[in-house]
Amino acid sequence: MKIGLFIPCYIDQIYPQVGVATVKILKKLGVKFDYPLNQTCCGQPAFNTGYWEEAKTIAENFKNIFSDFDYIVSPSGSCTSMVKNFYPEILQDSNDWENKTFELSDFLVNVLGVDSTGAEFPHTVAYHDSCHALRELGIKNEPRLLLRNVKKLKLVEIENSEDCCGFGGTFSVKFPEISTEMVKDKVKSIVNSGAEFVTSTDSSCLMHIFGYAKRKNFKVKIIHIAEILANF
Amino acid sequence: MNYTPQKFSINAKRALENEKLRANLTRAIKHTLTKRTEVVSELSNWEELRQLAHDIKKHTIENLGYYLELFEKRAIENGINVLWAKDGNEAREFVIEIAKKAKAKLCVKSKSMVTEEIGLREFLEENGIETVETDLGEFIVQLANEMPSHITAPAMHKSRDEIGELFAEKLGVELTTEPEKLTAIARKILREKFLNADIGISGANFLVAETGSIVIVENEGNAGLTTTLPKIHIAIAGIEKVIPRLVDLTIFFKILGRSATAQRFTSYVSIINSPRKNKPDSPEEIYIILLDNGRTELLKSEKLKPALYCIKCGACMLACPVYQRVGGHTYGSIYPGPIGSVLTPTMFGFNEAKVLPFASSLCGRCYEICPVKIEIHHILLWLRHEAVQKNLTSKLEKIVFKLWTISMRNVKLYELGASLMRFVSKIGLQPKFKNWTKTRDFPQLAEKSFREIWRKELKNDFK
Repeated sequence: MKIGLFIPCYIDQIYPQVGVATVKILKKLGVKFDYPLNQTCCGQPAFNTGYWEEAKTIAENFKNIFSDFDYIVSPSGSCTSMVKNFYPEILQDSNDWENKTFELSDFLVNVLGVDSTGAEFPHTVAYHDSCHALRELGIKNEPRLLLRNVKKLKLVEIENSEDCCGFGGTFSVKFPEISTEMVKDKVKSIVNSGAEFVTSTDSSCLMHIFGYAKRKNFKVKIIHIAEILANF
Repeated sequence: MNYTPQKFSINAKRALENEKLRANLTRAIKHTLTKRTEVVSELSNWEELRQLAHDIKKHTIENLGYYLELFEKRAIENGINVLWAKDGNEAREFVIEIAKKAKAKLCVKSKSMVTEEIGLREFLEENGIETVETDLGEFIVQLANEMPSHITAPAMHKSRDEIGELFAEKLGVELTTEPEKLTAIARKILREKFLNADIGISGANFLVAETGSIVIVENEGNAGLTTTLPKIHIAIAGIEKVIPRLVDLTIFFKILGRSATAQRFTSYVSIINSPRKNKPDSPEEIYIILLDNGRTELLKSEKLKPALYCIKCGACMLACPVYQRVGGHTYGSIYPGPIGSVLTPTMFGFNEAKVLPFASSLCGRCYEICPVKIEIHHILLWLRHEAVQKNLTSKLEKIVFKLWTISMRNVKLYELGASLMRFVSKIGLQPKFKNWTKTRDFPQLAEKSFREIWRKELKNDFK
């Protein structure tokens, strides 16, 4: 079983600790995998903005790198969804992208059958459902299960947890006012939940939440789920 | 129809600053969505019903010609006059011809989105025929000289205080904000109109092919009166409204009331089969105008076809985080919200409405709530692609994505680009993209990228 680790471009450059945590978890579970160094991006920014030709070019590149793997695992619901749900459409190739691409928590729970990584995290944590993990991939219980089994972690639900944080890729800069109103409500419900940390399968939502919370001096901290699960 | 989708961004900013509007929208939407969850969760087979409704719609749209012809045949057998209108102009001409022949002076209208789509009321009034909206919400927006802001709750953007003031100003009645009193005022005026109307104009929620029936669901009884009191009833329906069998209604009734108004069942259902046959409560003549107006264009595209499954419940609007904050008028089109962002550019002109497919965070709430399972968020993605193909996006954006593609295609360039950004940021020259940074901080690039850490620290562990 060949497993390829896909660390999306913005995690690579802005949140490398998420990649490091993912590696740490897989290593602890004794999973053999490879991280191909010539990987870059899945092409989603172009695809979601309508530039499908450009996205296809990037997808071809991704295909050349990841075709040989039986599983592709990534600590991002959004980028996983791009590969899993939209590669079949733009590439029209023989790869079974749909069945071999997994977001990290989905992979841990549903492929490896793991429900705990043995981590400890003595904090109150709120889980934010990223739209792509929740509605494009159907991931809702997996991250919660893993978090509940983290020692000393208190998991709280936030009101309207399934509402979008307002990021939406280029949406956040094309419609900054609407996007900001959305993240404002999201941050408000996180603060109301009393959580010290907000976590998610997606660093992109967390980046947006951080951006608004920091500007408004809210104390809430962001942390990717992999970082919590690797805290052993 | 006042068609201004190109103003979406300006309208949105204005709407976001309008606290009264925001409060009205939040109150109305929260109320309906909470009730909807309640009436949906009591059905154990909601997902099954959604799938069935989707399958019926899909089957019908795939065989639209067959079912329309069957409907026409059966309706004619029942004594209904069937007219085919290729566009709004043809439909309006049919109506005015009938009205002129009948020397009509007054029309009563029940709620109908297609008549809004083709500007029928305005057209009749220009031709000297008084035309009155009899649905309370529509009556309110007609008084205010506005467009509906939601397809099933047209006056959702207004509070009862505002409606009270509007009634006092336009109808010369005493100021009241009590819903019962306001309703009674409207009712008194409308009863008079119903009794004197020459023609009743309605839409249709469904057209049943096997029986040739026109089906209308409603809550105020006004559609019942519109289609029975005047001597002539003209129904106008988009060609996508046809369904195969009468029994299919059992599914659509369950999902439509719940999705549109959070009701288990609407208060009234009219199933209209034929004009007067020794019955006092039926018009002497019934016309059904089957309207295309751009729908067959959607039919030509595999990607867009599912938009024709829409039963116009408006649930996607209520569920949409964008619509929730900016309201229906912001979209500048008769069909606002997620499904509106699909229908508006494809039916009424892509150029003017090119911004709409982008006005979504693609969160998927619209698909999640859609009772006929239209993948609205994915159709929006496709329309963004169409906008690029039609060359409707900015030159700058095109250049940005060309450069981005070049750097992402080649890992060396990608790494070089990242180092360059790190350097630029180190010497304090980080470019500020103000559309983000005006309201939000942007994180710095990390000291070291993951790949660098992997190469130097992690890789050897795995050899």
